[in-house]
Amino acid sequence: MTNVNLGPGSRPGGAAQSLAIEIQGLHKSFGSVEAVKGINLNVAPGEVVAFLGPNGAGKTTTIDVILGLSQPTAGQVSVFGMQPRQAISRGLVSAVMQTGGLLKDLTVEETARYTASLFAHTRPVSEVLQRAGISDIADRRVGKCSGGEQQRLRFAMALLSDPELLILDEPTTGMDVEGRRSFWGAIRHDTAEGRTVLFATHYLEEADAYADRIILLRHGLIVADGTSSEVKAMAAGRTVRATLAGADEAMLRAIPGADGVEVRGETVLIHSNDSDAVARYLLMSTQARDLEIAPRGLEDAFIALTSDDTDGDMTSTGASR
Amino acid sequence: MSTGSLAAPDLTTRRAPGLGGFNLTVLRLEVRRLLRNRRTVLFTMVLPVVFFLAFGLNSAYANEADGHGNVSAFIMISLALYGAVLATTSGGAMVSIERSAGWSRQLRLTPLSPAAYIAIKMLTALVLGLSSMTAVYIVGGITGKPTMPVYLWIITALCVWIGSLIFAAYGLFMGYLLPTENVMQILSFTLVLFAFASGLFVPLSQFPKLFQQIAQYTPLYGLNQLVHAPFLGGGVHVAWVANAAIWLAIFAGGAAWRMHKDTARV
Repeated sequence: MTNVNLGPGSRPGGAAQSLAIEIQGLHKSFGSVEAVKGINLNVAPGEVVAFLGPNGAGKTTTIDVILGLSQPTAGQVSVFGMQPRQAISRGLVSAVMQTGGLLKDLTVEETARYTASLFAHTRPVSEVLQRAGISDIADRRVGKCSGGEQQRLRFAMALLSDPELLILDEPTTGMDVEGRRSFWGAIRHDTAEGRTVLFATHYLEEADAYADRIILLRHGLIVADGTSSEVKAMAAGRTVRATLAGADEAMLRAIPGADGVEVRGETVLIHSNDSDAVARYLLMSTQARDLEIAPRGLEDAFIALTSDDTDGDMTSTGASR
Repeated sequence: MSTGSLAAPDLTTRRAPGLGGFNLTVLRLEVRRLLRNRRTVLFTMVLPVVFFLAFGLNSAYANEADGHGNVSAFIMISLALYGAVLATTSGGAMVSIERSAGWSRQLRLTPLSPAAYIAIKMLTALVLGLSSMTAVYIVGGITGKPTMPVYLWIITALCVWIGSLIFAAYGLFMGYLLPTENVMQILSFTLVLFAFASGLFVPLSQFPKLFQQIAQYTPLYGLNQLVHAPFLGGGVHVAWVANAAIWLAIFAGGAAWRMHKDTARV
């Protein structure tokens, strides 16, 4: 599976189809800092995948390796069965970056034409500007475009080579709600054609709304990988809050159904999918009082899965896919 | 090939572009960008012209015979070379602005090879070199002071222009190496040093022996000797050609190496 021969005769009936992205044992260190600590990931053609995680989780580092912009410290990365650089030079992969990557002194149309001229195979510039919704500002200098317009230009540039894999690195950072919605509208419209998309974001609602599959990253590791509803199911539990003097954390962790335990002075917080059982136990077997049970949102799940103060227990739930 | 699932991409039709992505569309757009930068274009035309008017017309020596013409013509060639290398260095160094804008990183996401990009940037810088050299020669012609046969006006102009390519590579290499904020100050200063060391401003014979020996290995030395060779008619030394060729290889190679490495996020 590591090397897929792309010769014309070697794909009988598409059976030996290569994965869009295949990552095995990826490690990436910057000096003594280990940004990615062993990621394995397969993305099949046509999937729309969200990389979700807080800053420093390793999202952008992983994307840079997939794009061939940096070399792995250890591990293998292939894109459609090729080295990232080979896939790029064939126009199979393109990316929309968060910032930069534009020349202020060119116009929108010139920037697109410049980019298009570098590829062997491209869509017509006018068509792509249309699809990105920037035909009407084609003659405007890039330096005079708003942040949202520049982001649409980056998107247009990424579409020019008609890539099989489109990578978006936090593409809507700094956009207002309306800009974000119309940007995603354009992407969604585009991916209806079966393009593989991988996007990094720290907006949960974006991952939820636009991805078939959500991969949660934390400290350079994948902590959850599933469909949006599977990730939501992980988040479906409730939080039981109680006042308990001299709480024994290890004892609380042993409560059947307790997924995560936090002790803050006399207050204990227990996350669980079976909050009734936890509440019953607390009331019957301990001195707990002032019980409160509250539902946990996706936001909380995200924080629980990616924050520092929960170790081990949440991870094991998350990585079970 | 269509028997796979809907999503199975047909990769066999995809290929990389020829010449590492080098093409005339990019060259035209790069020249257009350069000419939009009017301040640089004017500066690199005006400075050598002012120098020529200040030093090339002095009646104390300008009309003295020299080579196949007079001293004024010799000085015109020198200052056209100075202007051209200043222009191509500036043109090349503009890459530092592109780096700070994340454009180099963006280009790493296209098939464009470092070698093709370096070639495009060097040819673009040559346009700026051409305008600077031409300005000096036109002003020289208008003043009527420099004298040399017509064919030497043409040959020396071509030598100056093509030779300035070495410094397009120098500007590029330094543009990749140095921080954006002060790249041109540093480069202007080094160019003045190189010009002195090549004997472009003052004949090398007026400097101490040790300085003269070191000077022969500096980047502008070989080029300065070569562009004056047709005018002086004393033949061409292999050492001059070697000097020019080796510095060109160092600068162009260095620029391609730095571009390859330049993927930093901005």
